[in-house]
Amino acid sequence: MKSEGGNVLPEILRGEENDLLAEWLKHQTSTGGMGGRVSEEELREKSRAFLRGFAEAAQHGNFTDIDAPEWSVVRDVLADVSRNGARQGLSPAQTATFVFSLKQPLFARIARKTNNAADLAAQLWNVTTLVDQLGLRTTELHQKGREEVINRQQRDILELSTPVVKLWDGIVALPLIGALDSERTQVVMETLLEQIVANSALIAIIDITGVPTVDTLVAQHLLKAVAAARLMGAECIISGIRPQIAQTMVHLGVELHEVVTKGTLADAFAVALKRTSRKVVNANDRVVEAARA
Amino acid sequence: MIGQRIPILRFGAHLLVSIQVDIDDQMAVQLQDDLSAAIVKAGAHGVMIDISALGVVDSFIGRVLGTIAATSRILDAETVVVGMQPSVAITLVELGLSFKGVRTALNVERGMDLLRATEGEGTTDVDDA
Repeated sequence: MKSEGGNVLPEILRGEENDLLAEWLKHQTSTGGMGGRVSEEELREKSRAFLRGFAEAAQHGNFTDIDAPEWSVVRDVLADVSRNGARQGLSPAQTATFVFSLKQPLFARIARKTNNAADLAAQLWNVTTLVDQLGLRTTELHQKGREEVINRQQRDILELSTPVVKLWDGIVALPLIGALDSERTQVVMETLLEQIVANSALIAIIDITGVPTVDTLVAQHLLKAVAAARLMGAECIISGIRPQIAQTMVHLGVELHEVVTKGTLADAFAVALKRTSRKVVNANDRVVEAARA
Repeated sequence: MIGQRIPILRFGAHLLVSIQVDIDDQMAVQLQDDLSAAIVKAGAHGVMIDISALGVVDSFIGRVLGTIAATSRILDAETVVVGMQPSVAITLVELGLSFKGVRTALNVERGMDLLRATEGEGTTDVDDA
């Protein structure tokens, strides 16, 4: 059958679906697209769904705007493939290969259906722009999928990293781990204040052993948390200041005046016990002073 | 709501001010006047300001609260601000108001303990023979 100016694509997609699918799958595996990470069956399923949608959309004769409603099935399949690819750690190139590997089988068939060079060039140009658009779409969706993963992880980290631990009646501790930025400090401060209320805490120990660097900004954030806790009637003790950090703070001119600082969480806890009129007693009735200082 | 006043209650040698509504500027200034007068009149040695129901503060209210507390201290009454909400504490810190020289406590009970503990610390009681 010959096409005189008309597009041969719908005809190929409809007439040679199974044949095309088989060849496409072969190309996908040989070019190392989704190979390995996605089971062959799943790949076949998705590829078939894609071709069906493609054939359907091609009927409408719209080969330029893939945002049109008739392309929605194709877009959905691509979204599914890209998201999964992103989640399973495939590279954008690997995901895009899903679409681009369709070019060769498609081109071969178009070449068979057309018999003059000008027509062939026109047909190929049509298909190639279309497939390129679809390929770029997968990359875009892949990127979006990755961003979703990153956002979710960021939220998780934010929640995970700010536990407030009750050490004793009226004593809570906040072990900080990782770098402190403004956004995180805000969450830390809010959690701390809420927990002070929930535990009726008199003393809050902020342990910064796990904070890698303390610059002026971080120090300022810490002081704000201390001031806010004080306004609510709780005293703050900062513990876990490492020697290098102490030196840096002095160099930077950061003053932690009016804030009790201790080397270790244990020392801070001892102070907290003393402030709340408690002491640790040895089981053998030998009194061990809670506060060593 | 014009003319609404915050009540000042007396218990023992102390005064209790419980702010149960979101106060406006007018009420805050009124409270400042009323409280300083009440301290002198009652000869109070301690003042407790309960702001647990206060959900929103602006810089003006924050400053007035600070002024009230500072004034009470000058009038020889130990001042304790109790029950500050976390959101209010954060706001005040961000506004740069730290309530210097004012004692704070988590709730009324703790505030009362604090006042009792300071009782007689600075004052020389003359016992009747």
